[in-house]
Amino acid sequence: MGFDYGKYIRPGKLPHIWCPGCGHGIVMKGLIRAIDSVGFSKDMTSIVSGIGCASRLPGYVDFCTLHTTHGRGVAFATGIKMAKPEMNVICVGGDGDGVAIGGNHFIHACRRNIDITYLIMNNNIYGMTGGQFSPTTPTGAKASTTPYGNPDPPFDIAKLAIGAGATFVARGTAFHAAQIDKLLAEAMRHKGFSVVEILDSCPTTYGRRNKYKSVIEMMNHLKDVAVPLSAAEKMTAEQLRGKVITGVLYKENKPEYASEYRKLVERVQAG
Amino acid sequence: MISSFERHGAMEKKKPVVLVNERYCKGCHICVEFCPTSVFEMRGFTAVVKNPEACIACMQCELRCPDFAVTVSQ
Repeated sequence: MGFDYGKYIRPGKLPHIWCPGCGHGIVMKGLIRAIDSVGFSKDMTSIVSGIGCASRLPGYVDFCTLHTTHGRGVAFATGIKMAKPEMNVICVGGDGDGVAIGGNHFIHACRRNIDITYLIMNNNIYGMTGGQFSPTTPTGAKASTTPYGNPDPPFDIAKLAIGAGATFVARGTAFHAAQIDKLLAEAMRHKGFSVVEILDSCPTTYGRRNKYKSVIEMMNHLKDVAVPLSAAEKMTAEQLRGKVITGVLYKENKPEYASEYRKLVERVQAG
Repeated sequence: MISSFERHGAMEKKKPVVLVNERYCKGCHICVEFCPTSVFEMRGFTAVVKNPEACIACMQCELRCPDFAVTVSQ
């Protein structure tokens, strides 16, 4: 009746390292269900990550996996896709890994529209290294390096991806667990660079510094801020203040980089 | 008309079995809080099944458990 996650988990790897109440486990379950529903085989699926809490994910799942240097997951994933275009390449990472340290790789992968699914688990903080503020830490929030509140405005990852040229952009939350696999499955079916941002919770390094009393309070916060796209269209700008729009935010069809590159090679070789 | 034996048999077949793997559970309280029928309770640092009869197999616990610790089967 329940989903059998066991067949996609490497034997002996659980329990995972994520803290109690960390949403990454919920997202990983969603990713497994999505891959299962799309029907990607283990041998033809490559899961790539950079460094960070979220980037530990490939260690647990039984696919072709690659754990790379900080922020460079997308660059390695691009290499895999170019060398083996028949592979289903999924890149996973956190907000710091994706849009700070790997920010440049991220925008250029969006620009090229290479067929990779990029899952960003956005927990608003650098959790693994001790709670430093990241580019998605909200203004005024406390982190170990912003003890008086963060003066910087945060990135909107979805808008960044759309602006940079990604052809599929979706957003969900760790609270809306049943939606995660649907968004990811749609992203995997899309031919082009697909970005799925999942708002996540970090009770250990973000929650306890920002007056969230428990894991449940953080989960309920995700529930409160999320507004589905269909509902958001009927709301005023005033009502949407402080809210986050979820669902498939952007989708278009454009030529995919790896196949266009192959065409170029064939054209040049034909003389 | 359904005999009591058949009715009992049908009920037995549908009854969900909730299990918590104590080796995986980190005690985050998510299953305890999000279960609509209060099947779980905390015992020390792990969640345990306190009230298995109340389970309606809504699967919220299995869906939300970040640690792959809760499974619901029939």
